[in-house]
Amino acid sequence: MNARERILQAVGANKPSSRPLPVPDKELVIRYEDPLSTFRATLDSIGGASVIIDDLELLKKEIQTHRAKGSFVINRIAAVGQVDADIAGLTAEALESLDVAYIEGKIAVAENGAIWIPESSLGNRLVPFICTQLVVLIDRKDIVPTLHHAYALVDTAAEGFGMFLAGPSKTADIEQSLVIGAHGAKGLMVYIL
Amino acid sequence: MSTPTHAEAAERFIRDEERTHWHDETLWFVRKKRDKAAHGLPEWEQLRDWASQIKDHTLSNLDEYLMAFERQAIANGIRIHWAEDAAAHNGIIHGIIKEHGINRIVKSKSMLTEECGLNEYLYAAGVDIVDTDLGERIVQLRHEAPSHIVLPAIHLKRQDVSDTFHTHLQTEKGNHDPQYLTEAARLHLRGKFIASELAITGVNFAIAETGGIVVCTNEGNADMGAHAAKVHIACMGIEKIIPLAEHLGVFLRLLARSATGQPVTTYNSHFLKPLPGREMHVIIVDNGRSRQLGRAAFRDSLKCIRCGACFNTCPVYRRSGGHSYHTAVAGPIGSILNPNIDMRANADLPFASTLCGSCSNVCPVKIDIHDQLWKWRQVLAEEGHVALSKRTGLKVAAFLLSRPRIYRLAGRVGRFVLRHLPWLVKNRLNAWHLHREMPEAPAESFRDWYIKNRKK
Repeated sequence: MNARERILQAVGANKPSSRPLPVPDKELVIRYEDPLSTFRATLDSIGGASVIIDDLELLKKEIQTHRAKGSFVINRIAAVGQVDADIAGLTAEALESLDVAYIEGKIAVAENGAIWIPESSLGNRLVPFICTQLVVLIDRKDIVPTLHHAYALVDTAAEGFGMFLAGPSKTADIEQSLVIGAHGAKGLMVYIL
Repeated sequence: MSTPTHAEAAERFIRDEERTHWHDETLWFVRKKRDKAAHGLPEWEQLRDWASQIKDHTLSNLDEYLMAFERQAIANGIRIHWAEDAAAHNGIIHGIIKEHGINRIVKSKSMLTEECGLNEYLYAAGVDIVDTDLGERIVQLRHEAPSHIVLPAIHLKRQDVSDTFHTHLQTEKGNHDPQYLTEAARLHLRGKFIASELAITGVNFAIAETGGIVVCTNEGNADMGAHAAKVHIACMGIEKIIPLAEHLGVFLRLLARSATGQPVTTYNSHFLKPLPGREMHVIIVDNGRSRQLGRAAFRDSLKCIRCGACFNTCPVYRRSGGHSYHTAVAGPIGSILNPNIDMRANADLPFASTLCGSCSNVCPVKIDIHDQLWKWRQVLAEEGHVALSKRTGLKVAAFLLSRPRIYRLAGRVGRFVLRHLPWLVKNRLNAWHLHREMPEAPAESFRDWYIKNRKK
């Protein structure tokens, strides 16, 4: 027998008799009168920021301004300008100086300020971590109350990677003092269309 | 020199009274943040029930879920390894390192690799490894172990970190600003991430349904490593399995709220497939867990999701520090997990508790921690792992308490001694008296008083 078989055999021999699997009921969890304002308040409390926009002009201009200044920008949102499509092969070294990244979020969660971002929104898995400033565009109709509602809509097996992102990178490892910008993005701006 | 017991190490810890108070208050502050987050959800107790029941169900079908996870993960292109113990776990990682001729390794927080002594094993084999969680990097530079599973450097003050960084990262001497020190660590570790060839991470949840794993961090260090390096190794205990992706809704809602009071961790990364041309390995480790599964009284300890809430609430942990527990996982949960790994070496830990029950009350998966601490004491006594002094004391107590006449006589003698010969008990030989005043001797026992007054 190999290690796998021995472990599985020991687990099989020692496990208790079968217990039922509960089905969490979304009807039993918290509801928000105004999920949009809850989402914004929560995001604010975890170090992120948000702006409600009626169209994409502001975003388009912002990207143009960054590019004109010579900032290293990656844009993954087709609706706001030319998309940096072919970035999958970029190494960490090539992305090290990435200033700003623009990506699309799919589902936003009111209770915790998290946003589901699949790999296809990123183009390169490193992008949302290695950039200094991260900008995420979401649609206000995609805001759900809780993670239960979000997982009901998200297929986590559809792509090779995906994440719930909640705010900018942070740490409190030195005397419990909160510092924004540990290893990932130092700032998160969410535009809500 | 043998490892000091929890009581011996704790005695040393509390000699610095000011620091002990600071440690106590800092952790209580985290506990209060947890309370606020928990009370913000009317369904909190319902969530704990669901989490507990999902874990019960999973443990009762664990072999099947492990096989389902393996099947899906392999289909996703992940390589699965099985390790029966710490040595096998370390050997598998070393094998992958040698196979690729890897020199530059980054590791995000994984209590399992701490449990297995991975760093020490690799150092001895001449392999360097860089811990990238800020707290873990701080303790690594100081050649210390993490003192808390979520807050690895909680035993240190900013001055300590400043001194360590001045020595190793050439930061300004005397600059204690956490912002400045964190920025210095960010720059230092950026270089390590960019250059890394191998990233080692832990696993918060492994999903049987999808064959994917979820890793949660606030700093983003697990992702920086795993996405930058060519090879990613994720290490998990067999108990990390959950059946369905939708169960993450339950566990992620509980984890960060219980740990730090945040509504969720910043990065909740779902790794499903390696990128083309990259490698992803998952090592599934037993190291005593299947044995614990067979101990009916202690099996529930395997439900733990490593939030650390029981540490922050524990009056003994807060006042004795994580290093006093001399194990990778300290605190109340460590005290019920570690005797299973090595009963003799960890026989002191179930006694490092007041059995107040606060740990069980904050546990997000409803482990009956304080009950298990009490049950471990009985197992340890039966197996002969209780110190002679404690064993003798308890035998004397049992003898006295089961013989009312002798008990009453002993009471009279005790009151006489306290009143007339106090030096017999108020001396250095009486361990009880070392940290406590002896009680005032009453004129009579409660029993005598009761008999007298009932007649009136």
